[in-house]
Amino acid sequence: MNTYPWLTTIALLPLVGSVIVVLLPKHNAKLAKSVALAFSLVTLGAVIAMSLNFEANSEEVFQFAESYTWIPSFGINFSFGVDGIALVLIALATTLVPVVILGGWNEAIDSQGSVKGYFALILVLESLMIGVFAATDVFLFYVFFEAMLIPVYFMIGRYGGPQRSYAAVKFLIYSLVGGLFMLASLIGLYVVSAQITGTGTFDFTTLVGLDIDPDIQKLLFLGFFFAFAIKAPLWPFHTWLPDAAGQAQPGTSVLLIGVLDKVGTFGMIRYCLEIFPAASTFYAPVVIAIALIGIFYGGFVALKQTDMRRLFAYSSMSHFGFIALGIFVFTSVGQSGSVIYMVAHGLSTAGLFIAAGYLMSRRGGSAQLSSFGGVNKVAPVLAGFFLIAALSSLALPGMVSFIGEFMVLLGAFQQYMWVGAIATVGIVLTAAYVLRVYQKSMTGPLNPECEGMKDLNGREITALVPIAALIIVLGVFPAPLLNVINPAVDRLMTTVGVSDPEVTFPALNVPASNEGGSE
Amino acid sequence: MTVMPAEGLFSLMWLLIALPLAGAAILLFTGRRSNAWGPYLGVLTVSASAVIGVLLLIEMMGLPTEERTITQVAYQWVFIGNFSVDLAFQLDQLSMVFILLITIVGSLIHIYSLGYMAHDPDKRKFFGYLNLFVAAMLLLVMANNYLLLYVGWEGVGVASYLLIGFWQQKRSAAAAAKKAFIINRVGDVGLSLAIMLMFVTFGSVTFSDVFGSATQASEGTLTAIGLLLLLAAAGKSAQFPLQAWLLDAMEGPTPVSALIHAATMVTAGVYLIARSNVIYNNAEIAAMAVIIVALITIFMGAIIGSAKDDIKKALAGSTMSQIGYMMLAVGLGPIGYVFAIFHLLTHGVFKAGLFLGAGSVMHGMNDNVNMRRYGALRSVMVITFITFMAGYLAIIGIPPFSGFWSKDEIIHAAFERGWFIGGAAVLAAGITGFYMTRMVAMTFFGKKRWETDAHPHESPAVMTIPLIILGLGSTFLGMALLFWGDIEAWLEPVVGYESEPTPLPTSAYIGITLAFVIVGSIIGWITYARREVPIEAPQGNWLTRAARKDLYGDAVNHALVVAPTNYAARALVWFDARIVDGFVNGSAAIVGGLSGRMRRTQSGFIRSYALSMVGGAVLVLLALVLVRI
Repeated sequence: MNTYPWLTTIALLPLVGSVIVVLLPKHNAKLAKSVALAFSLVTLGAVIAMSLNFEANSEEVFQFAESYTWIPSFGINFSFGVDGIALVLIALATTLVPVVILGGWNEAIDSQGSVKGYFALILVLESLMIGVFAATDVFLFYVFFEAMLIPVYFMIGRYGGPQRSYAAVKFLIYSLVGGLFMLASLIGLYVVSAQITGTGTFDFTTLVGLDIDPDIQKLLFLGFFFAFAIKAPLWPFHTWLPDAAGQAQPGTSVLLIGVLDKVGTFGMIRYCLEIFPAASTFYAPVVIAIALIGIFYGGFVALKQTDMRRLFAYSSMSHFGFIALGIFVFTSVGQSGSVIYMVAHGLSTAGLFIAAGYLMSRRGGSAQLSSFGGVNKVAPVLAGFFLIAALSSLALPGMVSFIGEFMVLLGAFQQYMWVGAIATVGIVLTAAYVLRVYQKSMTGPLNPECEGMKDLNGREITALVPIAALIIVLGVFPAPLLNVINPAVDRLMTTVGVSDPEVTFPALNVPASNEGGSE
Repeated sequence: MTVMPAEGLFSLMWLLIALPLAGAAILLFTGRRSNAWGPYLGVLTVSASAVIGVLLLIEMMGLPTEERTITQVAYQWVFIGNFSVDLAFQLDQLSMVFILLITIVGSLIHIYSLGYMAHDPDKRKFFGYLNLFVAAMLLLVMANNYLLLYVGWEGVGVASYLLIGFWQQKRSAAAAAKKAFIINRVGDVGLSLAIMLMFVTFGSVTFSDVFGSATQASEGTLTAIGLLLLLAAAGKSAQFPLQAWLLDAMEGPTPVSALIHAATMVTAGVYLIARSNVIYNNAEIAAMAVIIVALITIFMGAIIGSAKDDIKKALAGSTMSQIGYMMLAVGLGPIGYVFAIFHLLTHGVFKAGLFLGAGSVMHGMNDNVNMRRYGALRSVMVITFITFMAGYLAIIGIPPFSGFWSKDEIIHAAFERGWFIGGAAVLAAGITGFYMTRMVAMTFFGKKRWETDAHPHESPAVMTIPLIILGLGSTFLGMALLFWGDIEAWLEPVVGYESEPTPLPTSAYIGITLAFVIVGSIIGWITYARREVPIEAPQGNWLTRAARKDLYGDAVNHALVVAPTNYAARALVWFDARIVDGFVNGSAAIVGGLSGRMRRTQSGFIRSYALSMVGGAVLVLLALVLVRI
């Protein structure tokens, strides 16, 4: 078995990078950016190398597991390890960071904070994101979960738009409130583990094995879920997101919505479901209702937004509804679909926000739809990338987002036919608001203010090419994702103690029940 | 049905899709550099696919009937638990005829576009989109399961979106493109749910699995699947109540209207239902719903086609109506499937010819589409005129032109079902005679009503040669398919074929139909060729006025869907800002005057943040200590 501490290496690389970036001379912004980019690429390379060593069908729950004693008196360990779900999310995070650095090359300007500071913060955030997905000790997870707020707070509050302070504080307070609830539950969980095993622990695997009283589960579940529902965010805990996205730099928003918010849905699937299986099934109807409301509420509100970034925020809220729906319908199709959806949404969000950032940089920072119009005429390459990201956002069949969305809807339909059917109607709404953005910004007569707008340069294209390529390649050939996600989902289904609904009239030669589809 | 693996020449079937897809990729990624040679590449890829298609046809004709379903599996595409879908193609008699229609008519339209789009600054993009369309359409008809079909289904939708909006600096074109996509999304809801229901019921979405065990399922389930597929088909094929996008789609360049919005994509709904024949054969209510939708659309299209002065919109109305005929035929079940496909093929050829003919006319008339400004064009564009007349005689169904054979079979099948359906089909044939005669009379006969700066001329050979080929097809394809190709026997293994007795001999129905067609044509001739056509449209009766407004399709959509959506969206925006966010900010203000502090500078926050952290840490420690005790 692998003994090389892959995860620690990967988590530390960006942190080392950020320290170096901070130590670089202040006046040479380009050097700082280049170093940041180099470190993010090395990190990505390390993640790819690690992924190649990942064994999809391993018997172990967590691979590349490491554990170091941290606070022995409270049973807290510094433990890392990944299953297939955590692996793809780490891969997503480390893919998006270089994209964001390259795409947001000119986002930070000296008048607000130091340029190198912005890029150092991105790298710090990357370290923490890797940590939060890799943690297999619940306390460690909590520490990363809270610590992530700090770089993001500064990224919004320092480098954002005119209302950045308001947005940053709103984000912070929301998150802190959620975090406090989680902390309370965390302590409760420790107490319960102490009662059951005699020694309290925060070790995830041990906690999963505990047979916690269902009534206590229902109480503890709420703390975790509340924190995750704010993070994701689900309706009605979402109002911090449009403000944050509307003020943050597009690059910040990519990491915030594309990765950070996924910690919420990741937390639901990893912590809520596995540690509190009885509570999860108990609360499922409520969560499904919230998810359904979110799908439509976000879609409707997105229809009327005039600022692209706020629009994408509401659209994300709608998408998070789909993800939560897939998680809480308890079918393997739905859960696997949710994880694919997380990856796909990260990619679409990156494409949309980065393209929006390019647009903004050409129109003095305005993201108002009315500032644009007919851009396709002057900047067809920009319009082309924007369209690919937009189509990905509406889950066009052939793109990876379709696989995620269809699986989520199918998973819901399998379990509760009407829930699946209602959620499916949401795809019309998605098309309506997504195509409205494209129509208003890219088509029609050229807005005179956009006269002479330059098309994308090499750097800008380079940032978006991997996004567009992944959206399409993974849509045509999703096996690399499914191969690693499916075993984790199968194990999860077993842990929670649920199985897929039976087929009514199985066709001949169709496998009977829940055996992993991967070879 | 035995499914054979793809061997020999058949192992090349993936190339049919791959070639135009590669063409699209090259044309779209190389940008303006390929403007000079790109269009030729676009023609080449589709023509190569057509050649492969013909070779495959010859190969397939050499096989015994029961070995003509050939499957090529690329890899396992989507899988988890017991859900598994392959990326796999299926070639059988039904997909074969579609492949030929798509690639051959597609090639002709690509060639025509060389002339039609010669002066467009973005022409390689146009050919790139056209190639993308052909690839997606081939995927649609070659998929061996519903989920992969969905990819082709939406792929043609995107190509259609891009091509309707090709001249997207026009607001109307951009709006029409969006409208087409969104209405089709409503149909997609049907397709999505049908696929889900199939999986829940049969555990598979592969054609052979679903059809193999369809009879086990309850009729209720099959009816639901059938109705959901009908919703999808109605969207793609512009059938009532999802018809409103097709007329607006005429904003696209005319070759697009010919290829996508007449010959191929809009017939995908007919393909879907014919492909799913096993479902409908066991779901009477769903089949009846298909018939009802078809009859409504036949008349809507015909009435709209009779009132429009825009030649493309008149043709679009006609397309709705003719696809209505095909839908009627598939709704009739085994007595109609083969004729639906037969009419689909002949219509694909003659309607493409008519649209390209209309394009040729527009080309000579400074892109004017108003037939009231045409007239007497027969002498200045002779080839366009003659080929258009071949299409005209084909669509109204005069023997021995193509449309006669196929439409006549549908009408006969309708009479096998009953007098009402048969009578309706005959009546609509009469209206077809009227509106097509009106179109021909206004365009090619009568007096010149040209704009002063119009100098009509025949189009270049690159445009007229495709017209001639399609004109020949309009004339002979029907006979060729029926007598030489034996289309009934060819398709029967896939879609089934039965015949029921009718009270009157076949010749009687032919006679009745022809009588109606001729009466309709004479009325059209008297009204529009013998009399002066006013340049300003007369007010017309209530039906004409309604038809000019597409029978209020947009008004209905607005009242039922668009307006409520806008209302709900505005209400929720208010709710979100005032109630949800208001509650959050309000409670923040109450708790600690935070909202005031929120607007202060950062130092205040760091302090409060630090405070919270300390608070949290104290809480942790306290708790841990308590637990210890």
